[in-house]
Amino acid sequence: MPDLLLDVQGLNTQFKTSDGVVHAVNGVSFNLREGKTLAIVGESGCGKSVTMLSLLSLIPSPPGQITAGKAIFYNRDLLKLSNEEIRSVRGAQIGIIFQDPMTSLNPVLTIGFQLAEPLILHLGMTKVQAKSRAAELLSMVGIPNPAERLNDYPHQFSGGMRQRVMIAMAISCTPQILIADEPTTALDVTIQAQIVDLVKRLRDKLGMAIIWISHDLGVVAGIAHRVIVMYAGLIVEEAGVNDLYANPQHPYTIGLLGSLPRVDEKEHQRLVSIEGLPPVLYAHPKSCPFAPRCKWAVERCWNENPVLEEIEAGHRVACWVDVNTGKER
Amino acid sequence: MGRYIIRRLLNMLVVVLVVSIITFGLMHAIPGGPFSREKKLPEETIRVLNERYHLDDPLWKQYGNYVYAVFIPHITTTPPSNSLSDDFMINVNIGSVWIRWMNFGPSYKSRSRSVNDIFRDNLPISAQLGLLSLILAVLIGLPLGVLSALKQNTILDYLGMGVAIFGVSVPVIVLGPILVWIFGVALKWLPVSGWGSHPPFLLGFLPTNFGWQYIKYAIMPTVALGLGSSAVIARLTRASLLQTVREDYIRTARSKGLRESVIISRHALKNSLIPVITILGPLFATLVTGTFVTELIFGIPGMGKYFVTSITNRDYPVIMGTILLYAVFLVLANLLVDIAYAYLDPRIKYD
Repeated sequence: MPDLLLDVQGLNTQFKTSDGVVHAVNGVSFNLREGKTLAIVGESGCGKSVTMLSLLSLIPSPPGQITAGKAIFYNRDLLKLSNEEIRSVRGAQIGIIFQDPMTSLNPVLTIGFQLAEPLILHLGMTKVQAKSRAAELLSMVGIPNPAERLNDYPHQFSGGMRQRVMIAMAISCTPQILIADEPTTALDVTIQAQIVDLVKRLRDKLGMAIIWISHDLGVVAGIAHRVIVMYAGLIVEEAGVNDLYANPQHPYTIGLLGSLPRVDEKEHQRLVSIEGLPPVLYAHPKSCPFAPRCKWAVERCWNENPVLEEIEAGHRVACWVDVNTGKER
Repeated sequence: MGRYIIRRLLNMLVVVLVVSIITFGLMHAIPGGPFSREKKLPEETIRVLNERYHLDDPLWKQYGNYVYAVFIPHITTTPPSNSLSDDFMINVNIGSVWIRWMNFGPSYKSRSRSVNDIFRDNLPISAQLGLLSLILAVLIGLPLGVLSALKQNTILDYLGMGVAIFGVSVPVIVLGPILVWIFGVALKWLPVSGWGSHPPFLLGFLPTNFGWQYIKYAIMPTVALGLGSSAVIARLTRASLLQTVREDYIRTARSKGLRESVIISRHALKNSLIPVITILGPLFATLVTGTFVTELIFGIPGMGKYFVTSITNRDYPVIMGTILLYAVFLVLANLLVDIAYAYLDPRIKYD
């Protein structure tokens, strides 16, 4: 696979708390190809963000700890890099946008200063060069009067504009990978669409790969090439975007899709919610973590955690039951 | 900003007037008077003294006279004299006319001095000690707090906070004599008491002989007075910085690949200074206007003692003068703090 950009194998991340060890990410494996967009979806607390933060060693440590796995990026294992080495990857080769633009920018520093920082650090620009590049970046993300706005502070921008600034910052050094950690969750619906369009445009222009984290399958459908569904720190299903929406194989994915309003529906139906709550990740149960909420659950689900298996080309699922027949595979 | 400062200064006048009314009322409500003694003075003496200081006038008249003398600028043709009751703080000569302002009156207790003499001679010494202590407190407290926060829950943190708890819990009245005993009496490195500068002062409050002769007197009282404040600053800085490094924008800074030292100094420190600056205002007012215990222990001719003795002596003009001075310093210090906020946080705007 010549265009393989990032290959993550068996990633495990734990948090040691006073109540016990929280197993946030449990053996997550996936890969990312150049220029493609991979979406990771799942409920809050399923380990999507922690997976991404782990890749860049951004989890607070202590209590966080990566206990196993590797993440090969340009022949280097990101998880084994020294502090110095991972810093040269962050912001330069892998950019990241966070969920809440209202709190993710430093309130006491100007936008221009915050934008210039990575340019000076990674690309060795002078302050003057960085400033003019920062203005270019702002205009790339669609902020009017970019040169004048460089001296403004974050509180002088609206939420959507701040997220544009965050995006400008993340792509400032033309990274190979852009990680978008729920970038639209905190925004108005109309702004959400604009941000998704903007990221798509930048992806095609700069040719970067994107990992898009979201709990909203609707947003994901518009941008992703492949989708990973996570539950309780595990990947439960992975498929191409069309395949996943047309032919979901994991009960959890089916539940997520069922809870989504559809415009193509003939008659108006009630949205279906998934009963119950996601499990607390202290103990590692032997059973499938979704079994308590699953209407297909059979005996085996309670005794054995299913492994991720390829059921057809490019479609992996972790479930003992074939949801089409209702019988064990 | 300019208009804001002017508005605040006008507000200060109101505050000072209200403080003066309350203080005036309270001090006259205390039983006894400036000339009550254990061994009674002759009736005739008291009568003459009361008459001389207008203490027989109705209270509203006394207060009115005080406000007139202190707050209203006087325009006269008579030049300043040596009379204690004619001692104005500000005397400006324009041609043959004198503009004179702020006569705080004579001290009833120290017969040869006016309240303005106390402000001129004793306040600068207190201010020097207070400023030195404040500088020391910040120089020790800020780095100690930052260090403890960065090395949270390590031996350095425990050591730093241990020193801070020591600083808070050992009062000057204990620390002062211990210092005197070690460095003054046993080792004989430093003089046990006194202050190294005398009036007249540079710009009205700075020492004219800044050197070892000055420093050797200042070291012990500065340490004794500053250590407690440095502990408060250290604990506040630590708590505030620990709060700040959990903010989202610090994670953003990390995601840009910045060095940890840059993240702290550039992204975290400025955000975490607001609570520290807040406490510096009242601390400044308290330290600079004089501290009774420290000045007493080290025999420093500052203003601290007047806060206490003026009340026990019913030395009315000195009570009024010291309290009003403290009020002015407090209001001005808080104004400075508010201006510093605007500098630290661009979201804070005045007007």
